[in-house]
Amino acid sequence: MNEALLILGMFIVTFGVRYILFAVAGRVHFPAWLSTGLGFVPPAVLTAIIIPAVLIPQGQLWISPSNPWLLASLAAVITAFIRKDLLTTIVVGMLAFSLFRFGFGL
Amino acid sequence: MTNTTTLPPTTLASSKKQRRHEFIGGAKATFPLIVGAIPFGIIFGTLAEPSGLSVIGALAMSIIVFAGASQFIVLGLLAAGAALPIIIATTFVVNLRHILYAANLVPKVRHLPQRWRILMAFGLTDETFAAVSNRYLQQDDIRDAHWFYLGSFCAMYGNWVLCTAIGVALGELFPDMTEWGLDFAMSVTFIGMVVPYLKSKPMWACVIVAATMAIATAAMPHKLGLLVAAIAGIAVGLSFHMMLKRQNTQQSENKEAS
Repeated sequence: MNEALLILGMFIVTFGVRYILFAVAGRVHFPAWLSTGLGFVPPAVLTAIIIPAVLIPQGQLWISPSNPWLLASLAAVITAFIRKDLLTTIVVGMLAFSLFRFGFGL
Repeated sequence: MTNTTTLPPTTLASSKKQRRHEFIGGAKATFPLIVGAIPFGIIFGTLAEPSGLSVIGALAMSIIVFAGASQFIVLGLLAAGAALPIIIATTFVVNLRHILYAANLVPKVRHLPQRWRILMAFGLTDETFAAVSNRYLQQDDIRDAHWFYLGSFCAMYGNWVLCTAIGVALGELFPDMTEWGLDFAMSVTFIGMVVPYLKSKPMWACVIVAATMAIATAAMPHKLGLLVAAIAGIAVGLSFHMMLKRQNTQQSENKEAS
């Protein structure tokens, strides 16, 4: 992987998205469907990243109570529903993962 | 009580003071959000090398790209051996939400020269948007508000670059850190970010479809499944939302008719 190219490409798309409306600075009215659609982008992308990392952690689909990634994720999901606080969710999820993975040796 | 009728003797000196006040105010308002960003910066730095990004590459990415969530995602893609075009396309999709922030801020930046707008666009993150939106809500006077924005941006940026450097150094000191399961920190962070979205049926549909499709397309080359799954989720969520909206308007029309 050419890192310079990688970073340049990432810079162009990231800065481009952030700057384009500032550059023209005209009144921008997104059609309703577009702003609604953009609202679905983060959860959809993040879910598409989380699920394979948790259910296919070692190359094969692994849906079982002995999968520590799955168990710790469930703990994190429950925590996130109870306390809408990102740091608590991360701490509980990481503690659960260490417990299942290294405590119980799953 | 302050006397608002008499102007200060030298407006220049006063506005300099005012600017400093705004700048520091922006940094202060961003501080609680920075506390949350510290672990991510450090974890990004420690995960960079094991994912296949060099030390220089990791630092350069934080300095030049400055986009927390997508930098994390790119590490995941690099580790999985994704191709460059896929990585760039994914970064684009992940950062699309910023265009909504920018649309909100356009009325507040229109009067500023282009060099200011460039700087502010570069520093447009979730955290700075949150801090600056509060500032605009609380005070109508936006003459020096861009200094508030700059203060918030400098605080976020300095912290992000510093934490990346700390993470990289920690990764060098403890090469076996990769065995500690820190990569799971990425998944767990994203879980904490997704759950608050789950408040409506269309959002549930979006997430369930994205999840199912992510498994179904996991075997696709170059990690293309990620984009396919995300787009499927967005399409289903949006269609569901439009359908509900149409039903609601029809119901209210029926009520009015009867």
